[in-house]
Amino acid sequence: MAAVKETIETVQKLETYAHGFVTDIETEYAPKGLNADIVRFISAKKNEPQWMLDYRLAAFERWQSMDEPDWAKVHYQKVDYQDLYYYAAPKPKPKLNSLDEVDPELLAVYAKLGIPLKEQEVLAGVATAPKYAVDAVFDSVSVVTTFKDELKKSGVIFCSISEALREHPELVKEYLGSVVPVSDNYFAALNAAVFSDGSFVYVPPGVRCPMELSTYFRINAENTGQFERTLIIADKGAYVSYLEGCTAPMRDENQLHAAVVELVALEDASIKYSTVQNWYPGDAEGKGGIYNFVTKRADCRGARSKVSWTQVETGSAVTWKYPSCILRGDDSVGEFYSIAVTNGMQQADTGTKMIHLGKNTRSRIISKGVSAGKSSNTYRGLVSAHARAGGARNFTQCDSLLIGKTCAAHTVPYVESDTASAQFEHEATTTRLSEDQLFYAMQRGLSQEEAVALLVNGFVREVLQELPMEFAVEAQKLLAISLEGSVG
Amino acid sequence: MLNIENLTVSVDDKTILKGLNLNVPAGEVHAIMGPNGAGKSTLGYTLAGRPNYEVTQGAVDFNGEDLLEKDVHERAAAGLYLSFQYPLEIPGVPAMTFIRTALNAQRKLRGEEEMSAPEFLKTIRDVAKTLKIDMDMLKRPLNVGFSGGEKKRMEVLQMALLQPKFLILDETDSGLDIDALKVVSDGVNALRSDDRGMLVITHYQRLLDHIKPDRIHILVDGRIVHSGGPELALELEAHGYDRYVNEAA
Ligand SMILES: Nc1ncnc2c1ncn2[C@@H]1O[C@H](COP(=O)(O)OP(=O)(O)OP(=O)(O)O)[C@@H](O)[C@H]1O
Ligand SMILES: [Mg+2]
Repeated sequence: MAAVKETIETVQKLETYAHGFVTDIETEYAPKGLNADIVRFISAKKNEPQWMLDYRLAAFERWQSMDEPDWAKVHYQKVDYQDLYYYAAPKPKPKLNSLDEVDPELLAVYAKLGIPLKEQEVLAGVATAPKYAVDAVFDSVSVVTTFKDELKKSGVIFCSISEALREHPELVKEYLGSVVPVSDNYFAALNAAVFSDGSFVYVPPGVRCPMELSTYFRINAENTGQFERTLIIADKGAYVSYLEGCTAPMRDENQLHAAVVELVALEDASIKYSTVQNWYPGDAEGKGGIYNFVTKRADCRGARSKVSWTQVETGSAVTWKYPSCILRGDDSVGEFYSIAVTNGMQQADTGTKMIHLGKNTRSRIISKGVSAGKSSNTYRGLVSAHARAGGARNFTQCDSLLIGKTCAAHTVPYVESDTASAQFEHEATTTRLSEDQLFYAMQRGLSQEEAVALLVNGFVREVLQELPMEFAVEAQKLLAISLEGSVG
Repeated sequence: MLNIENLTVSVDDKTILKGLNLNVPAGEVHAIMGPNGAGKSTLGYTLAGRPNYEVTQGAVDFNGEDLLEKDVHERAAAGLYLSFQYPLEIPGVPAMTFIRTALNAQRKLRGEEEMSAPEFLKTIRDVAKTLKIDMDMLKRPLNVGFSGGEKKRMEVLQMALLQPKFLILDETDSGLDIDALKVVSDGVNALRSDDRGMLVITHYQRLLDHIKPDRIHILVDGRIVHSGGPELALELEAHGYDRYVNEAA
């Protein structure tokens, strides 16, 4: 019968994660394990100034005195930090004058990845490619940066952190760690000690960044922990939209990813940060897959500044992630739009923190959780208002959609207020994917999987609309892929 | 075109259709009438392939193929359309998106080419106009917050776009105002053709004034107990189902 055939095909598809391949680009490793010498090695490799090395060493010392957090609703095999490599770089090639000189194997990786949207063309140097600036992070070192010149004209700096350390040390020194201090948490301290590379953006006062900035993160070398560091600064009245996309090849051992992202918005500045994350979630039994422990935080430092986080999380075995906003400036605005999809044995504990410090600060949280299979999906959010944050307002909407009977969804909202004039609203719903709706859609000609995808897209529409157009299309496809085989 | 033999169906272990026989040749419109709970909707759901509607006996031949072997969406692509008695709400999916996705899914299944966006827009505009449906309504999530009559009109709109071969209308007239009844009936009549068949489930003669059936069947307690020409509806209107219900008992 057709249904049986479809089931078999679905299972086969599940067994072969589309992005599960390993590329053979010669890798230069630091020796396995972590100690002060490894930290020195990384810093030396990158020709960093002394203050940067001191910063790393202090972070390493701090990290050694900290314990791994265990409060999130996720269970995973503890990471052996001495069994990881902390530095891996593609062998340095002569400076590239044009994209033709890019390692063809690397381009082949992008091709296989089916790098969403037109970035693939951008990387391939297609003349008609749309304007996206792609800072491709291949393992730990930025390999290609495009559109630099055009950005330069507008004064926007978009480069790797290592390059920023060389070319703009004063900016890095001023802002690095100013939003996520070394002491913030276990993974942030680890990242500060060993981060290998990442992206740096600076948008000067009054400048509207002329294009979407986009980065592809990719985890490649075996046993390589990924410690990306991203720092984005929008100076007074500036605007920038930044897209982060991720894919990782299949790997049998769990891989650790502990990134730190810091955003700084000065007076009247606005930052839009969008993420589509589809790392390998592990196989149907939960074996393999990425551990994603990332610290993302924005500081709305200036009055009337605004930061908007939008995330679509479909991958990783374990996700622990709370993009947050510190609403320091008066009248500043923080937004968090999230879609978190879990299937199979995936575990996600994600949400946001909105810390209202300034007067009349506003925040908005829309979280859509979709759980299928035997997965667990937790929204964990904190909204707090400082005594000085008179007139602070928050609206939170958390919706959960359950597919099947073996998954779990939890909502854990924390609210703290030290001012009587704060207004916090919270709404939450949990619904199960309706058999009747599925039947109705299928009666009109949709296969079961198409029907699930359509209904799920409907459920998350409010958040999808926050994504830049082409990213939204990609995200829709990802949702469909990650929910394959989730119904009967 | 559609030939049902000895169809026996149970839902949650309760037998609802009990050996139903019915044959609708291409080009004909047959009406099914019968008291509440007789199994009329069950017949429609079973033909469409609703999960949990377990066929314990009987066979259904649709254009020479075994209908019951096919999945729900395959039946749809083969041209079977069920206009629901209670259309479902689809939150977050604009009516237009829903219909276009359905249309292209069917086409893909039949190995046809997708309809382009401009062509689709033109087609849906024309159909909406004849059914007196406002285009703005098609931008709203399908059926969410729609009135009872609006939902029924959306069922007919989808039908007109999907151009099915066999139509089952389950009380499509209930909830419609007098003007809408006319508009909807015109829409249905426009689909009448030599190669299409229709099964019209209704409680009221007034629909059959607009959509003239070739045959009328009376369904009582899971079986067709009586069949006749269009005049049967008038008789039922005058005397009710008592006679047939007593006979069946
Ligand atoms: N899940 C179920 N379990 C048990 N009985 C059911 C179930 N679903 C439907 N039934 C029963 O099956 C019978 C037939 O229902 P059906 O909806 O087909 O009737 P109908 O002829 O369409 O009635 P109406 O004219 O009111 O629309 C009813 O008695 C109904 O209660
Ligand atoms: Mg009924």
